[in-house]
Amino acid sequence: MQQPGDDPLRYHASVPDAAAGPGADQDGESAACLEVRGLSLSYGDVAALRNISLTVPRHRVTAFIGPSGCGKSTLLRCFNRLNDLIDGVRVSGSIALNGMEIHSREVDVAELRRRVGMVFQRPNPFPKSVYDNVAYGLRLQRGMPKSELDDRVEWSLKSAALWDEVRNRLNESALELSGGQQQRLMIARAIAVQPDVLLLDEPASALDPISTLRIEELIHQLRTDYTIAIVTHNMQQAARVSDYTAFLHLGELVEFGNTDGMFLNPSKRQTEDYITGRYG
Amino acid sequence: MSRHISEQYDSELESLRRLLMEMGGLVERQLSTATRGFVTHDTGLAEEVLAVETEVNRLELAIDDECVHIIARRQPAARDLRLLIGIMKAGTDLERVGDEACKIARITALTAAFPIPENGYAGVQNMRDLVIRMLNTTLDAFARLDLDAAYEVIAADADVDAGFVAIDRALLREIAERSDYVERSVNTVWTARALERIGDHAKNISEYIVYVIRGRDVRHPGSVRS
Repeated sequence: MQQPGDDPLRYHASVPDAAAGPGADQDGESAACLEVRGLSLSYGDVAALRNISLTVPRHRVTAFIGPSGCGKSTLLRCFNRLNDLIDGVRVSGSIALNGMEIHSREVDVAELRRRVGMVFQRPNPFPKSVYDNVAYGLRLQRGMPKSELDDRVEWSLKSAALWDEVRNRLNESALELSGGQQQRLMIARAIAVQPDVLLLDEPASALDPISTLRIEELIHQLRTDYTIAIVTHNMQQAARVSDYTAFLHLGELVEFGNTDGMFLNPSKRQTEDYITGRYG
Repeated sequence: MSRHISEQYDSELESLRRLLMEMGGLVERQLSTATRGFVTHDTGLAEEVLAVETEVNRLELAIDDECVHIIARRQPAARDLRLLIGIMKAGTDLERVGDEACKIARITALTAAFPIPENGYAGVQNMRDLVIRMLNTTLDAFARLDLDAAYEVIAADADVDAGFVAIDRALLREIAERSDYVERSVNTVWTARALERIGDHAKNISEYIVYVIRGRDVRHPGSVRS
């Protein structure tokens, strides 16, 4: 039986009430993965997030939209405590991952970031081979036999819809891949360590339309196994890939609901103005 | 309503609304002329109605074309998307109103040889007044996005339906009693039927207005939606 000390992130493994999230199904399949309550964040005296509360449902895609500076990327970086690396950041409120408060002292931040993987706007492969990029996180988990490592690299590249393109290029530098391939490699690297959550911060904004569609298709496939939170400036992309959409403005959560409703009949005038490109 | 950041987008939507209003105005005139022609047996008026059918059809095509272009270029969302869907569907209903007006015009040509009935087609005139008011109100409601007016039209359709049932019953009696005017009586029922259908189209357009404003589909209450 698992002991609390064995797995800090699963310490309080009970899943919160399914009804708490906008996407909560009766069967609990999309119960809360991330529960954010009263979250505020400031950089020095500048408030970037104000009293955010929302539930990111498990195995669903949640999109965060809003104008530049609204706090959507800051919120995403809260989910794996990446903001801890910035001087002068103050965070209050709570974020629970599968019921475990991620700010609690028992939490191993490195383990948290394994559980909550992240892919950034611009692909940032290590100057190593394709294989080594995917195996990098796995090698940190010492003791994995080479055969298992090979299997996991292949599985990750297949899951990221990249295997067919790189199976004969595993030893080539990852920097030789195209931008779209590099971004899928970043997704392969993130899922190699089998996270619970994938955070995608404008993952396709530097890509051409075809590569963008490949990433979107991949997101659609990955939602079966992962909870996905995506920040995007492209509202059509949010409409295409997400199940739920959160609209932020000036650090506040204006509206959060299922994507169909948000894009067809949002309840807040501010949301309507933003997604229809209006002002005033 | 606030304006789009893109002024061009605002002007495209405005031009689309103008097209719908132009089509609505033309169809209103068709309806008014067709019913006046029918109750006065004036075949000249009937010809006027038929003469503008092509123009009504052209406007329907122009509205659909413009909607498709805006959807392709702008990827509208929320109220903009609902407005485009509403305008496209309203265009289809207006074209059908025009068709019904033409039907009345063709019936007029067949009925003109008979004497005008003693009551001067009182039932048809009553239905005509109701239907013209419904169409006029629904077009105004679309122009002003007036929810109350739209609901008023939706409610008024029951009166038009009742008017049709009354005419249908009265003329069935007349057909049974006076065999020399059977053709005129049947044509009058067909005219009343056309007016009843026009009432339905005006109601449909008002239901689209509710959808545009509220995002709620109020058609077919009680039916199961997926």
